[in-house]
Amino acid sequence: MSGWAMALFKRDLRLSVRIGGSALVGVLFFLAVVTVIPFGVGPDLNLLARIGPAILWIGALLATLLGLDRLFQADREDGTLDLMMMSGRPLELVVLVKCLAHWIATGLPLVVAAPLLAVFLNLDPVSMAAVTATLFVGTPALTLIGAIGASLTVSLRRGGLLLAVLVIPLAIPVLIFGVSAADAAIHDPVPFLTPFLILCALTLIAAVIGPVASAAALRFSSD
Amino acid sequence: MRSSLLKLVAENLTIDRGGRRVFQGLSFAVEQGEALVVTGANGIGKSSLLRTLAGLVPLASGTLRLDGGLPDLLPAEQAHYFGHQDAVKPALSVLENLHFWQSFTAPCEPGGFSGGKSTPLEALETLGIGHTAQLPAAYLSAGQKRRLSLSRLLITPRPVWLMDEPTSALDKASEQQLLGLMNTHLENGGLIVTATHTELTLDRIRSLHLKAADPGSIPADTAEDAVS
Repeated sequence: MSGWAMALFKRDLRLSVRIGGSALVGVLFFLAVVTVIPFGVGPDLNLLARIGPAILWIGALLATLLGLDRLFQADREDGTLDLMMMSGRPLELVVLVKCLAHWIATGLPLVVAAPLLAVFLNLDPVSMAAVTATLFVGTPALTLIGAIGASLTVSLRRGGLLLAVLVIPLAIPVLIFGVSAADAAIHDPVPFLTPFLILCALTLIAAVIGPVASAAALRFSSD
Repeated sequence: MRSSLLKLVAENLTIDRGGRRVFQGLSFAVEQGEALVVTGANGIGKSSLLRTLAGLVPLASGTLRLDGGLPDLLPAEQAHYFGHQDAVKPALSVLENLHFWQSFTAPCEPGGFSGGKSTPLEALETLGIGHTAQLPAAYLSAGQKRRLSLSRLLITPRPVWLMDEPTSALDKASEQQLLGLMNTHLENGGLIVTATHTELTLDRIRSLHLKAADPGSIPADTAEDAVS
């Protein structure tokens, strides 16, 4: 990573650690979603084990959406974003680096918390590992797709809800392949690797489309 | 032919913001070592002009170029923008803020320009806030934040300074200091475009007065050159 990208990456990580809460709030929200579901569906352990991967994925999706609205907004409010556009660095890469730092600060803690929350849902070790693996490769896609919504709503005061409405439809393919890969690990005849590799591909596609679309939206909003 | 003299040339600039025409057919040129002082009533488009020069507002028509600059960079990428917002992160220390901007902003040193070579600590000392270097920027006063934002201009070499009301929130002493820094920048071969309401005593000034219902075409030759 070249010097400026490293400086940006370190700055964003440092900011999210110092301002604090971003990782913890996401994980607590994740915990809240996952603990509420068993109260809703009742104490049927087999049912919980069957829908467990889906619950964890939906929880992770919602927790990711929670922190996304600040991805560019804080930088826009104090004028940092203007200077970033004038910095002579490609805005697409700036977005990519910011997404990476954001994922490490908010997405990675969700992946780390997933095995613990899987215990609440009566998942066996194999599916626990499968869900964690799919979340690990899938949540970056959620952040990258979310960056498009975050940059489209950057100039809105309360853009959080609009952001969720914009991003959730785009995140559905990630959810489908994430859950089906995790399910495949439980139900033997279905191969795990096929949906898992498609999930990896979705993340890679999002790593290209997300920053390009997001940078275009940011340029448009600078007026 | 690439001339060695830096010259910021704007021809027939037309800017629309929010569906409203701010001005049209505005032309001017600023040469190396000169400051263009933009004056005019509130809401006349001074800030819009500076944001356009900074590449943040798209041009409806017209051209903008920096003669003698680096050919593969946009004029905005060879300019520092010092606007109303400080771009200071309260959670980072003063020095961390500056170090970030130093490594993040691409330097630009065309021929004939020398400046912006200070280290972050020197820049802070120059602006009289060296003692705050290790403090979180959240503890700075408005004027100190402004000075921190200003020190950004001293650590990365870029020949064009775009300054939107640079003296706001500064006390008399720091205002004099700011003028000193601006004069040094001009001596180093830089150029400045600034919007202001106060009298700025700079060495070589061209002035551009924006008026309402004005076709706005002010050829650079007719702009008055003030004597210092």
